[in-house]
Amino acid sequence: MTKISEFLDMGGYAGFIWPSYGAVIAVLAVLLWLSLRGLKAAERELAQLEGDAPRARRARPTDDGAARP
Amino acid sequence: MFNYFANPRRFMKLATVLSPWLAGATIVLAAAGLYLGLFASPADYQQGETVRIMYVHVPAAWMALFCYMGLAISAAVGLIWKHPVADVAARATAPIGACFTFLALLTGSLWGKPMWGAWWVWDARLTSVLVLFFLYLGYMALNSAFDDPQRGSKASAILAMVGLVNVPIIKFSVDWWNTLHQPASIVRMDGPTIHPDMLWPLFLMIGAFTTYYLWVLMLRMRRELTETRLRARRQIQAEEAGA
Repeated sequence: MTKISEFLDMGGYAGFIWPSYGAVIAVLAVLLWLSLRGLKAAERELAQLEGDAPRARRARPTDDGAARP
Repeated sequence: MFNYFANPRRFMKLATVLSPWLAGATIVLAAAGLYLGLFASPADYQQGETVRIMYVHVPAAWMALFCYMGLAISAAVGLIWKHPVADVAARATAPIGACFTFLALLTGSLWGKPMWGAWWVWDARLTSVLVLFFLYLGYMALNSAFDDPQRGSKASAILAMVGLVNVPIIKFSVDWWNTLHQPASIVRMDGPTIHPDMLWPLFLMIGAFTTYYLWVLMLRMRRELTETRLRARRQIQAEEAGA
């Protein structure tokens, strides 16, 4: 128990060392989370759009061809 | 290779394959670095336990510079050769570099207070890194300030290239001016002056920060390239709806 509290005390510098590590982990974790979330959102939206896109794509040449009056 | 990845689709494939490997490398390196840095390395004979702040402060500061050089070079390549993926890389790097710079300043402050007696001093090293932070913010603001994204990336690329002069100023600020900040102890002509017990956790953490940067860079670039395709899709749909 004393070993753990000794470790956490960091020779009296706990108030400087732990906030440093905490800030680094927090900032990098939030940046990672935002980046992942943004990527997933974009991928989901593209998948949705491409779900109905093949129809639209195939319809195009006929539109430009004989089908048009 | 330079031309090979000018094709966004090809780049996307590579980025998708690389992402999980970079994630794994980051976790392994960070775990090893944190264990050695917090448990298995000795306290400094002068600075006591506060030397452990070095294992996050130095990697953050190195990455702040590394990302800026990456940003400026990618922006230049995008500006000169109209390399589409380089431009995306520059834009994706900026927020990551800004985070690293912010962390370097914050952990430096938390290290400065117990060792120097001050949270902040206006000396050359600290001030030039603060300027670097504002360069990142300025780049991001300018990049998104125009309705036409092409103009935004042109203007911000020029800013990024001009800001490159700050990089050697930061590096040599501890030699050129009187400063509280300690001089370089790893990249020196006569080799590192740090004991291996402290050098190892430091190198592992630098490795972890580097793979973290590359990992998040891949994620952000994939997002941008996906959004570009989204916009193209929407335009096709809008045209078809209008026709």
